[in-house]
Amino acid sequence: MSEKLLHVNDLSVAYQTAKGDATAVKNVSFDLAPGEFLAIVGESGCGKSTLLFAIAQLLSNPARISGGNIYYQNQDLNTLNKEQLRQLRWREISVVMQSAMNALNPVLTIEAQLSDVCKAHTDWDEGKIKQRSQEVMQMVSIDPIHLKSYAFQLSGGMRQRAMIAMAMILNPKLVIMDEPTSALDVVAQSSLMVQIQQLRKELGFSVLFVTHDMHVVTKFSDRLAVMYAGEIVEIGKTQEIFANPKHPYTIGLLDAFPSLVGVKKELTGIPGNPPSLLNNILGCSFAPRCKQVQGICKTQTPPEVILDSINVRCHLLSSRN
Amino acid sequence: MNEQIILEVTNFSKHFKVGGFGKTGILHASDNLNFSVNESEIVALVGESGSGKSTIARTLAGIYKPTTGEILFTGQNISSIGKKELRGNMPMVFQDPFASINPVYRVGHGIDRTLKLHRPELNKNQRKDAAVDLLEKVGLIPGVEIINRYPHELSGGQRQRLGFAQSLASKPKLILADEPVSMLDVSIRIGLLNLMRNLRDQEKVSILYITHDLASARYIADRMIVLYAGQIVEEGPSEDIVKNPKHPYTKLLMQTAPQSREQIANFGSNTNDMGEPPKVIDPKPGCRFSNRCPVAISKCQDEDPQLKSIDAFRKLSCFVES
Repeated sequence: MSEKLLHVNDLSVAYQTAKGDATAVKNVSFDLAPGEFLAIVGESGCGKSTLLFAIAQLLSNPARISGGNIYYQNQDLNTLNKEQLRQLRWREISVVMQSAMNALNPVLTIEAQLSDVCKAHTDWDEGKIKQRSQEVMQMVSIDPIHLKSYAFQLSGGMRQRAMIAMAMILNPKLVIMDEPTSALDVVAQSSLMVQIQQLRKELGFSVLFVTHDMHVVTKFSDRLAVMYAGEIVEIGKTQEIFANPKHPYTIGLLDAFPSLVGVKKELTGIPGNPPSLLNNILGCSFAPRCKQVQGICKTQTPPEVILDSINVRCHLLSSRN
Repeated sequence: MNEQIILEVTNFSKHFKVGGFGKTGILHASDNLNFSVNESEIVALVGESGSGKSTIARTLAGIYKPTTGEILFTGQNISSIGKKELRGNMPMVFQDPFASINPVYRVGHGIDRTLKLHRPELNKNQRKDAAVDLLEKVGLIPGVEIINRYPHELSGGQRQRLGFAQSLASKPKLILADEPVSMLDVSIRIGLLNLMRNLRDQEKVSILYITHDLASARYIADRMIVLYAGQIVEEGPSEDIVKNPKHPYTKLLMQTAPQSREQIANFGSNTNDMGEPPKVIDPKPGCRFSNRCPVAISKCQDEDPQLKSIDAFRKLSCFVES
């Protein structure tokens, strides 16, 4: 991958607590190419949302970036000041939040909120703003008549699509999505994903998509990163990970879903809970819940190995190499 | 399948008045429902939000009164059963494990209260033993230690298990489980689904499992009832429905539901359906799914389809499919 839109290098984020620092994101590195769809999956508390907020430079106290760099088009986002970041936001990077009901302003119409974005970031006149607003609403299959609507007059799926319209309005190169589908019904979920896919094909932006539900992204993402306790334990092409998952945690996650087709089989899920991030974990963070745990897992941090173009951190696999 | 009927719902409808400023209407949240739950059976009510699933649960719990129809619990009309007795026999487990447990009391408190109310024959020590026993039944082990914890010391999955322990305390015949796993992480959900199955097999309790997730319904439920816009569109044994869905809405749900791991690698784009269930205010005749239905005929717009038996176990409400 020669050209990178986003390059995250050894990023760590810590939350300051009374009991010391809790490291929510630990030494995470990955790249995102222009037009690529990278999905980040993991359980709640694994640091996936914290990672997105760090990339969007939206962290506030008590969270802080405790190490590493985030390069957006070779520009280190950590070093930019407020005004420089303001220039990037919406025009280059936009964010779609989890709960559209809470993210949209309840006392302003959709139109007012869209024009707010344009006025803050462009010198467009009213006519141009109106025209662009109608364009983006049509892009997400909402009748532009709803520009005059308030958030409460739209259904959950439409609200989420309106959020996406807002993120699209200045044609950014990177759209960060934090569980946009998790508050929706299954049918609305799938139609929203189809919509995102179509827009991505038309406009060519990159997507960084966080979810806890692997099946939402399987058909749509190019690459998949699995996070556990703040670390990326496995990253690679989505189809390859699904066809042949490597890390015991990924296998556990995939096997935790009951299926609609095939033979009905007994499922077990993953016993136990994710570790507390307060303590410095010795060895592999998944070891206490892993079925194939070995002596080495409890003492040494597993190195990253590349197997069939999937990067994975697990002692089982490194010893096999 | 055991034939003893625990719960029988006949011609049940629940309507709400909506609107104001001279623009009033009647919202038909549930219309003309007939279904039953047998002894130690898990029945899943499947549908999107707005399909009337929670209205049914709330009416069964005695929070709403039915507009029309009759609900018989072990042969007795629920309006003639006292609230205390009804809730002891038919407790509810809620969707949100973080909001449904009182944070200022220890874990044992909720169970102890239920025991005090519904099993007055037990003394203090017996109640404590029973509470520990209940906690261990739902997989909160060691019970003696967990009973003294506060809810914030438990994870979401553990809290939901506590919800089941509380509802089991009154030795119920039927548990109403309103989306009990939808707020939990995927890796924890399956443990709870397994718990519900164990409760059915070991405690002989029936469960009305309300969900929008067809796959989890298939995993635990003996029978499935698919709801759309307040009406039953399809009913039958879970395996039959999943293997051979008849109603176009069930088919749509099947297409959008998470697929198996094996299927995903070569699975294309599925559906372009952008529709949403209608809010049924002052409905006109006609199938409520007809405007989204890919196989609708003109009859569907004009007449109400009826739920009819298509074989010994299955029922379907559709003019086109049979």
